[in-house]
Formats: sequence, structure tokens, C-alpha cells
Amino acid sequence: MTQELTTLMETPSQTGGPYVHIGCIPSFTGITSIYPVDLGVSPIEDGAAGEIVTITGEVIDGTGWALRDAMLESWQADAAGLYPGQPGADPKVNGFCRFAADKETGKFTLRTVKPGRTPMRYGGTQAPHISVWIVARGINIGLSTRIYFEDEDNDSDPLLARIEQRQRVSTLIARKTGDGQYTFNIVLQGDGETVFLDL
Amino acid sequence: MDHGPLIPRNRAAHPPAYDVDYKTAVPRSPRWPLLSMESTISEETGPTFGHGILGKHDNNLIVNYTQGEGLAVGERIRVHGRVLDENARPVPNTLVEIWQANAGGRYRHVKDNYFAPLDPNFGGCGRTITDDNGFYEFLTIRPGAYPWPNRANDWRPMHIHFSIFGHAFGQRLISQMYFQGDPLIDLCPIAATIKSRSQLDRLVAPLDMQGSRPMDYLAYKFDIVLRGNRQTMFENKLEGM
Ligand SMILES: [Fe+3]
Repeated sequence: MTQELTTLMETPSQTGGPYVHIGCIPSFTGITSIYPVDLGVSPIEDGAAGEIVTITGEVIDGTGWALRDAMLESWQADAAGLYPGQPGADPKVNGFCRFAADKETGKFTLRTVKPGRTPMRYGGTQAPHISVWIVARGINIGLSTRIYFEDEDNDSDPLLARIEQRQRVSTLIARKTGDGQYTFNIVLQGDGETVFLDL
Repeated sequence: MDHGPLIPRNRAAHPPAYDVDYKTAVPRSPRWPLLSMESTISEETGPTFGHGILGKHDNNLIVNYTQGEGLAVGERIRVHGRVLDENARPVPNTLVEIWQANAGGRYRHVKDNYFAPLDPNFGGCGRTITDDNGFYEFLTIRPGAYPWPNRANDWRPMHIHFSIFGHAFGQRLISQMYFQGDPLIDLCPIAATIKSRSQLDRLVAPLDMQGSRPMDYLAYKFDIVLRGNRQTMFENKLEGM
């Protein structure tokens, strides 16, 4: 016998289910009398420094169907690469957003500021990216991924460098479709499956 | 402030993405392995929410939909517990959100067409922020069990959905709380996505008579553990490694 380790195991995840919006973005379901405003309606306020970008996309299942019930969260640094709470971070950037696939079309939209490069603990930097977390009915544990930008220098990014099958790198890179406009689809399974993360 | 890297997630603590008995999971489960590496600042930081966002009734689902004008129908319960991390340290000042069906097992949602009636005094969501020692509490009604389309006669056990933030985006967790003694837990394909019985048991809140209030409400205790940070002594000393 040995002494016991005192560490605890993480509480197991369960699916957010079909009604995750009730708990996270209640006004999306018409529940407006409880909170004055949903949490995470925008990651930025007017006046945030940097380039305003709009990212649209779909969350697509293994059959090619765009989910109508997905709920997404994003977390990011400001244009200078500082996360909210860090000294000198842009006070107009709270960095967090909740957004949902449209009930009819399955399309989501994230309007934010393009983040800057962020430091690694032991040196080097990460290319500009937005962390994304996806929950829905049928997703047993929230899926993590990142949105990078095709018009940024992604070559030295340590996370992208770890993807062995280089053709999959593109699943993490938003395609530029216009001035400040990007598309980023999230494919849960099958051809073009998005690289999901375990960090 | 650098708290150190997050402890790598023990995936055995969680349900696998693919589970044939939970049919919706089949087309929504990634097939390829997750890309693993040590957490970065992107996962080690996260949004924080102050007590200022909370309204007076936010953690009282019996009255919050009507802002105190009317009472929700159902068995009055208090759900309380503590948010800790894997190092058994309390997680203070973190947002806990819940949502649930009403006493008849019906959600206030256009997609829910179960014929149990809506309760005009019940919305079905609430939120609170843990105190300095990681404690939280809600007052609500016990949600009803409800049928759902999976196999022909599947029913969800009584449950409350929980969403917890922690202090880092990599700690983000959504789960469900079940109730001690509910026979539907053992029949539920969603509960059964958790393959370890001891892990599933951690989602079953015991009746807590000490936390109840005579002539008012019963209590259920539900503790939650989030990922912790790796505790190493020489984290910033690379010399000599
Ligand atoms: Fe539910």
C-alpha cells in the first residue's frame, strides 16, 4: 500500500442537450424576463482597437447537415495579443462571445476584432487565433478548436506545426471572402473533419 | 499571473464522443484523434464575471421568471455545493449557470412539444457566482422526467443542466445533475455515455436533510470538480533541464 494521492477527478461532462440555449442565451429562446441581457452578446465594445472582422460559418455533421442547434463560445486576445485582465489589455475587448447556429439556416456569425500574436510560456509566439468551444445535443463533451486567419503568418505557430497531416491544417484557417469578411466551417466528422483540440 | 499549465484532461473521466446508443452522437462525434499539447495562454485565461451581473432573483428559479410576482409549481428544492479543482482547491468567484424542465418535464422552448403544460411562472434558467470558498446555491423546483426521441421509449431521468466556467477557458464544462434514487438514471442512454460507474455516481446528488429547511424545501448537494493547474515547483526554471 501507499499513501493516497489527494487529487480529485474532474466531474464528467454531459451533453448540453437540445435546450442549451435556455441556460446560456435565454433570449434566443424568447426568455427575456430573467436577465436584462444575455451573457457574451459581443466580445468587443465600440472603439476596440484593431481590425473588425466578421466570421461566418456552419457546424456540419458527418452526413453534411448543418446543425441548427449548436451553441458556440469564443475566447480571444485583443489586437495587441493581450488577454482581458492582463496589464495594458484593451478595455473595449472582453474577449468572450456566445453565438448560436441560426434555427432556420444553421449559419453562425461572430463579429469581433482580429487578435494579435500571443506569447508561448517558453518562448515563441502563437499566430493570431480565436479559441472556440462547441456544444450541442449529441456532443458529449464540448469540442475545442481554433480559428486562424489565412492572411496572417501561420508558419511558425506551434499548434499548427503539430498537425502531422498537413492537408488538415486548413481546417483551422478562416478563408478571407472580402474586406474584413471570413468564412470558417466546423466539420464534426468525415471529409474535411476539423482538427479538434485537447489542450 | 501565470498559474502554470492546466493538468491534461483525463479523457477517461468523460464520455467518449461516439456512442451508438445515443443516436444523435453518432453523426456528431469526431472520428480522428484530438490534437494534444500543453495548454497555452489561450486556454489558461478565461472570461471572468463579477457579482455585478447578478440580479436579485437570478439563483431562485421559483421566482426569477416573474421577478417575484408568482411562484413556480413543483417540489421546492435547494441545490447547493462547491466548485473545486483537481487539486481540491475551491474555485471562487466563478459563474455557475443552470437550466431545466419544469415540474411536468417540459422546457420553455419552441422545439419542446411534449404535452405536459408550460408553467406560466417558470422560465427554467438561473445563474450564480461561487463565493470566496467556492460555494454556490440555487432555489428551484424539482424538474420532471420527460420522454425524448432516441429509441421508441426513452425517458430522461430528472436532471438539472449545469454550465461552469472556472478561471480558464480550458476548464469550461457542461454537465448534468441527477437525483438520488431515480430509477430512470440506469435506463438513460445519455447517462450511460459515461462508461465509469463511479464517474456517473458523481453526477447523482444525494438528498441533504441538513441543508434543507423545515416546512420549506428539501436540499440536494452537488459538488463539481474542474480541471486544475499542474503544481510543479520549478516551473519557471529551465536552467539545467
Ligand atoms: Fe434536459
